[in-house]
Amino acid sequence: MTIIDSNRPDPVDDAAPTVGKVEISHLTKYYGANRVLDDVSLTVEPGEVVSIVGPSGSGKSTLLRTINHLETFDAGSVTVDGRYIGYERRGDTLHELREAEVLKRRAQVGLVFQNFNLFPNLTARENITIAPVSLKRLSQVEADQRAMALLQRVGLHDSEKYPAQLSGGQQQRVAIARALALDPKVLLFDEPTSALDPELVAEVLDVIRDLATVGTTLIIVTHEIGFAREVSDRVVFVEDGRIIEIGPPEQVLRNPINPRTRDFIGRVL
Amino acid sequence: MTQVTIERSAEIETEEPTEPLKVVRVRHWGRWAVSAVIILLIAQFLWSLVANEKYGWGTFGEYFFSDAVLDGLLMTLWLTVISIVGGFIIGTVLAVFRLSSSTLLNAVAWWYIWFFRSVPILVQVLVWYNLGYLYPRLGLGTPFTDDFWIFSFPTTSLLTAFAAVAIGLTLHQAAYSAEIIRGGIVSVDAGQTHAAAALGLPRRVRFFRIILPQAARSILPAGFNEIVGQVKGTSVAFIVALPELFYSVQVIYGRNQQIIPLLLVAVVWYAIITTVLSVVQYYVERRFSRGTVDLPPTPIYRAKKQITDLWHRLGEEDGKASPAVTSQTDTVTSYTDKESV
Ligand SMILES: Nc1ncnc2c1ncn2[C@@H]1O[C@H](COP(=O)(O)OP(=O)(O)O)[C@@H](O)[C@H]1O
Ligand SMILES: [Mg+2]
Repeated sequence: MTIIDSNRPDPVDDAAPTVGKVEISHLTKYYGANRVLDDVSLTVEPGEVVSIVGPSGSGKSTLLRTINHLETFDAGSVTVDGRYIGYERRGDTLHELREAEVLKRRAQVGLVFQNFNLFPNLTARENITIAPVSLKRLSQVEADQRAMALLQRVGLHDSEKYPAQLSGGQQQRVAIARALALDPKVLLFDEPTSALDPELVAEVLDVIRDLATVGTTLIIVTHEIGFAREVSDRVVFVEDGRIIEIGPPEQVLRNPINPRTRDFIGRVL
Repeated sequence: MTQVTIERSAEIETEEPTEPLKVVRVRHWGRWAVSAVIILLIAQFLWSLVANEKYGWGTFGEYFFSDAVLDGLLMTLWLTVISIVGGFIIGTVLAVFRLSSSTLLNAVAWWYIWFFRSVPILVQVLVWYNLGYLYPRLGLGTPFTDDFWIFSFPTTSLLTAFAAVAIGLTLHQAAYSAEIIRGGIVSVDAGQTHAAAALGLPRRVRFFRIILPQAARSILPAGFNEIVGQVKGTSVAFIVALPELFYSVQVIYGRNQQIIPLLLVAVVWYAIITTVLSVVQYYVERRFSRGTVDLPPTPIYRAKKQITDLWHRLGEEDGKASPAVTSQTDTVTSYTDKESV
């Protein structure tokens, strides 16, 4: 599958991507007394592909959700291209932004869920057009054209099907197209293939692999170790809300320095 | 010995049939017997409807379309529409309050629902009708005083019998609708809200395009129950002598003593309204289940299909399915196919 996207610089003959930098610093979050994120710091460069692996319950989903401000946090900061999604910094204080502004900034970051979360009452096309139209980015006609192009890009041809009429793999590909409709600088994937039948995993990974080559910043939570090794620039291993090890895939996934990482990789492989 | 039998029967069951095997359905003799008794009882009742003169079908016919009855019917429909539309609008707001993170709004909605579910609707209508006794004038003035008005009206001129019933029914309905709508909203998967939020959809779009249409699937059956109930619930208007359908027939039989025929007039009208609403409900629910289930064919489609199938079978049993018959069934099928979409 080849991807042609007029909206992005061609990675072959152009300079490195310049937007989509994510900076997470000293992030801490509690659910009640439970410390879910513990002083997490991570900088993801524009266009970089970072995979996050770690045991269930270690805070991977929570971390992703703080990046686009679906979750608040108790300490630290998260910025995309130097700007907070939910706050405005004036001097030394962070002022919470009004909802409309948060929504606008959140659109820079796309999120793909483990169980797709497509809107079942809308067709594949409508699932994709609803955000750009209701955020007044595109007219309905423009959005429809864009939806068709995006569907083609993820390899789907029937735009008028409802989610229930699609296979899991097709649904997840529509969900990716939906996330792309707002031209996000950063795309977050939360275990995008975990809810899929084994034979449908490849078609979704193909789409993500293509995205990895076009310069969008990708942060992928996944249990597909082989895939992570192939597409990632760096791999992060988290456990108990802390980053235990971070480095190139060859190191973290093949020769982990930390014994706990080694233990985990041994179990999932 | 046993072993031999098993081997034998297995052999028989796996034996290749020479022709396609015939399937004989289980016959349910008990069901047939019960059905026969029920049909007999229904026939007996229908016969009595005709034979028993006390039903007074002549009087029934005389009054069914009379002006008084039709005016009453119109009043009933009007009160139903006002209270259902108003009730569901206020109910939606209350449901949203109940689900909001604001403790204050939550409490306001909770107490509203508590209050209007506690006070009998009859009492409520009477209080509204007699509000002039508690508050002789209504209008805009200085708060917490009684003598300075910018403008005001005598309460009795504002709260007519119609207004009292309409307000009472609407506020009452709002409390019940709120709970039905809240139930529908919480039944929608939380992932839908997360996905909508992650896309940056504005609150309004989230609620009206994503959550409410999905909530509608569980709201509608209960909602139509409320509408059908409300058609008859409007008869509380009798307490303030407002002539809706039921009060109208009461007035008429109070004059001419033809109680049964006039009650039948009301009952048949109620049945007609309920029938219409049931059909509307069927199609509205169908509309809102788009995309979530494989819709079964409509009854009209099934009836047509059964007739054409029967037609087909009759043709086959004659041993000569004529071309005319075949082409006719074909056209009917293709027509209904289109309709079922
Ligand atoms: N809404 C919530 N309320 C309370 N605790 C939560 C909530 N969501 C997640 N948690 C807890 O936070 C921890 C991290 O969860 P999560 O980020 O989903 O982990 P992962 O995605 O790595 O499996 C878990 O212990 C989980 O039980
Ligand atoms: Mg998770």
